[in-house]
Amino acid sequence: MAKVTFREDRCKGCGLCETACPKNIIKLSKERINQKGYHPAEVVDQDACIGCAFCATICPDLAIKVEK
Amino acid sequence: MAEKVLMKGNEALAEAAIMAGCKHYVGYPITPQTEIAAYMSKRMPKIDGLFLQAESEIAAINMVIGVSSSGHRAMTSSSSPGISLKSEGISYLAGCELPALIVNVQRGGPGLGGIQPSQSDYFQATKGGGHGDYKLIVLAPASVQEMVDLTFKGFDLADKYRMQTMILTDGTIGQMMEPVSLEKGILNEYDKSWATNGTRGKRERNIINSLSLDAQELEQWNINRFEKYKVIEENEVMYEEFMMDDAEICIVAFGISSRVSKNAIMEARKQGIKVGMIRPITLWPFPKKALLKAADKVKAFISVELSMGQMIEDVELAIKCKKPVLLCNRTGGVIMTPDEVLEKIKEADKIGGND
Amino acid sequence: MVVFDKPNGLTDAPFHYCPGCTHGIIHRLVAEALDELGVTDKTVGVAPVGCSVFAYNYFNCDMIQAAHGRAPAVATGVKRGEPDCIVFTYQGDGDLAAIGTAETVHAAARNENITVIFVNNAIYGMTGGQMAPTSLPNQVTQTSPYGRDVTVVGYPVKVCEMLSQIDGATYLERVAVNDVKNIRNAKKAIKKAFKYQMEGKGFSLVEVLSTCPTNWGKTPKESLKWLEENMKPYYPLGVYKDKFANEEAK
Repeated sequence: MAKVTFREDRCKGCGLCETACPKNIIKLSKERINQKGYHPAEVVDQDACIGCAFCATICPDLAIKVEK
Repeated sequence: MAEKVLMKGNEALAEAAIMAGCKHYVGYPITPQTEIAAYMSKRMPKIDGLFLQAESEIAAINMVIGVSSSGHRAMTSSSSPGISLKSEGISYLAGCELPALIVNVQRGGPGLGGIQPSQSDYFQATKGGGHGDYKLIVLAPASVQEMVDLTFKGFDLADKYRMQTMILTDGTIGQMMEPVSLEKGILNEYDKSWATNGTRGKRERNIINSLSLDAQELEQWNINRFEKYKVIEENEVMYEEFMMDDAEICIVAFGISSRVSKNAIMEARKQGIKVGMIRPITLWPFPKKALLKAADKVKAFISVELSMGQMIEDVELAIKCKKPVLLCNRTGGVIMTPDEVLEKIKEADKIGGND
Repeated sequence: MVVFDKPNGLTDAPFHYCPGCTHGIIHRLVAEALDELGVTDKTVGVAPVGCSVFAYNYFNCDMIQAAHGRAPAVATGVKRGEPDCIVFTYQGDGDLAAIGTAETVHAAARNENITVIFVNNAIYGMTGGQMAPTSLPNQVTQTSPYGRDVTVVGYPVKVCEMLSQIDGATYLERVAVNDVKNIRNAKKAIKKAFKYQMEGKGFSLVEVLSTCPTNWGKTPKESLKWLEENMKPYYPLGVYKDKFANEEAK
């Protein structure tokens, strides 16, 4: 099973990961705000993740770790 | 003492640099220093060293930054307009505290100026030249032999203090031939664990940098560097006293001007005028104490220099304006004659007694 | 099993770049390439002036911060001093293609055995969005508020095309980082450039088309699209020179 972990404190809410995810399961949180003051990205349906690491590949801030 | 050979000042300096362990020279042609580059281009390949003709003086000094960062003795040379171009890099060398030897074989200025000898880069050399709070160690040879000796000294001081040494000479000393003894000078080894040459998994990474956006931090860096400058001012001043024991007039002159002055002093002495000379060998640190001490003995000073009057300001500051300081100068590439210096000595001699 | 994590070639310092700025991606690709080639511990990087001026905080190897445009000259000095080191510069478009044009061209002409990572985002980022040598015709910037008027300030400099005319240059490729596929190609190019250096093949430059959402006045997502639609047509991706292409193909 694939697992995506966000280092939320590093996320700047740019949303590039959203554009890359083939499963459309990454969204910027509407409620939460991180230490930096951004709405961090989060996986809304972990079970659907295929572990392709596209999100991590395009993340400019090394905020994403992907395990399979 | 090694056997003496007849050599041009520029070439003797280049050979001395090689003897001092400099295996990396980067330069750009400009009269009247080009012999240094030409000599290096012949010699360096034979000792497995680097001669590189850069695309500009700006590139040359930045290559020096690179070589020095990698932990090797690095050197460049130029003449006045080229030193202006190098000034950006010199400021970075200072900010990064990288050792380097920079030779300025001065010619007349400003602008493109001329190609005849000059000392009008005194301010540029001793007061900074580039931007920011920094100093260079400035050495002023007055003979071909000193071109050799001060090259060894220059590299040593640069490594010892992580400083930038400038050899401030001129077209005359650079171009003239004199017998010279090419003897090995100081060859101390210094710690260069700060160098950027790969961590090799054996140490933390090194960063060579002059940037800090934290004003307090940058201030502290400058304060620390000036603490180092204080130590240099305390320990590294060099000068020659010539006939100063009974002197009533003190000439202050460096480089070629000091040689013209020596002739004038000999002639004045024949005519019964008690004149001597303090010849700064380090222009920075300037021999302030020696001059201040002399100010209690002599009635006047004469600053003899090939500029509109630059070093004279340091003479006045050093002696705290206790005595009059006359200026004997030519500029634009013209060298004063001994007679012109003698006339100035006579003028100084008319100044009232020492009380 | 970890499929993706921060490479050891980067420190853990968070990037200071604006949200969505692709500098961070390019930093990572460089670090990954160095790690995979096993040379991070003998690498010396040279940081430019511009947004990536603080690159020395991020690359986990020896670093030097150079004057504006002078990085290739500094890198030359390091490489000539320590030929065993892997030496790279990381430079933006203002640094490399305006103030540092001479240093760039002549490092290429000497076929200096260094790797240049050239980040082209068509604008000066650090100083707040002024016109760059690579700003597109009619591009609005702080110093071309009515759009870049080529009759007044001339045309953008196409660095890969220009350098491809230089005999000395070994390997020149333009890549982009605006989608996953391009990022993967960019990684390959960067890795090849370093590999060439390790093999003593000479000067390589990888031009990376990058975004600047803040100074383009666009969201990060719009910026990816703007790069695709505006920069790529003017700056076509591809290999502009590869002296060893045949050898590589084998």
